[in-house]
Amino acid sequence: MSALKQGRVALAFVCVVLGIMLAVQFRTTQDIRSTIPFQRAEDLSLRLRQAEKERDTALRQLQELQNSTISESVAKEAELFRMAAGYLTVEGPGVVVTIDDSKRPMKPGENPNLYLIHDDDMLKVINELWAAGAEAISINDQRLVVGSEIRCTGPTISVNNMRHTPPYEIRAIGDPKTLEASLKMRGGVIETLQFWGIQVSVKTQPKVKIVSFKGAHKYQFAKPLKEEAAK
Amino acid sequence: MMLPIIGVLIGIAIGLLFPVSMPVEYGKFMAVALLASLDSVFGGLRSALEEKFDNAVFISGFFVNALLAVVLVFVGDRLGIDLYYVASLAFGLRIFQNLAIIRRFFLKK
Repeated sequence: MSALKQGRVALAFVCVVLGIMLAVQFRTTQDIRSTIPFQRAEDLSLRLRQAEKERDTALRQLQELQNSTISESVAKEAELFRMAAGYLTVEGPGVVVTIDDSKRPMKPGENPNLYLIHDDDMLKVINELWAAGAEAISINDQRLVVGSEIRCTGPTISVNNMRHTPPYEIRAIGDPKTLEASLKMRGGVIETLQFWGIQVSVKTQPKVKIVSFKGAHKYQFAKPLKEEAAK
Repeated sequence: MMLPIIGVLIGIAIGLLFPVSMPVEYGKFMAVALLASLDSVFGGLRSALEEKFDNAVFISGFFVNALLAVVLVFVGDRLGIDLYYVASLAFGLRIFQNLAIIRRFFLKK
């Protein structure tokens, strides 16, 4: 019985220890609970880091894409410039103007020059076409570019340093109706030319092909300004 | 019979009064130690009811079991073996066994 009593005291003591342990464990568990926000913060920071990584890769991709689009836009611009310089054969709606010398019999004593096509007649027609918004013009398959001359060379006309004889065929790409109207307007070029019997025909066509410029653009004296180039 | 319960209550009171706290990472060991202690206590109760109670066995069992459990779990932790669950299971089983025996003892009475 004494053993049991002793045992009871021991049991009680052990139970006290057990109680302390229980309390501590309880508190520890509470602590863990309270640290859950910290764990969550850690978790969130991890996710943040991951999201940042993803963002970085996305940014890099974006830059790559932008670079590629820049080169694309450069290519587009280059094509535009090539087109403007006349290096590309172009096609589009427009008009074909055929001009030939007058067949009208000359009256004696009259100046035969009045019945022939001259470079200034051609220039007038071309000028009218440009004014009407023509995007590309050729004369007898000579593309008109920045430096193209239309010059009288005896009985022929020199365009791009090539001589051409009548009939002249002027091809122009632009709004066909506007181009036609600009030439045929009252008191316009054609009326003036027809007065002298010069044969002019204007045909609007849904598809006009204009060949490319065969020469080269040379700039011997002109140099681009640095400030302009920097822009 | 009231003594152990009073002891537990006093222990809890002491534990709550003194702000002794374990680091969170040792909570596992504490839990295992607690389980071992509980097992020892129930074992002691059972032996007391069976009148086979031995003070030395009980006290030594209480502390040694708890310490051993903690050491085992600690070593397992280091070796990558999760002995925590094994200890929990073993001690849990024994606690239930002891409880069952104690229950039967009271029922027989």
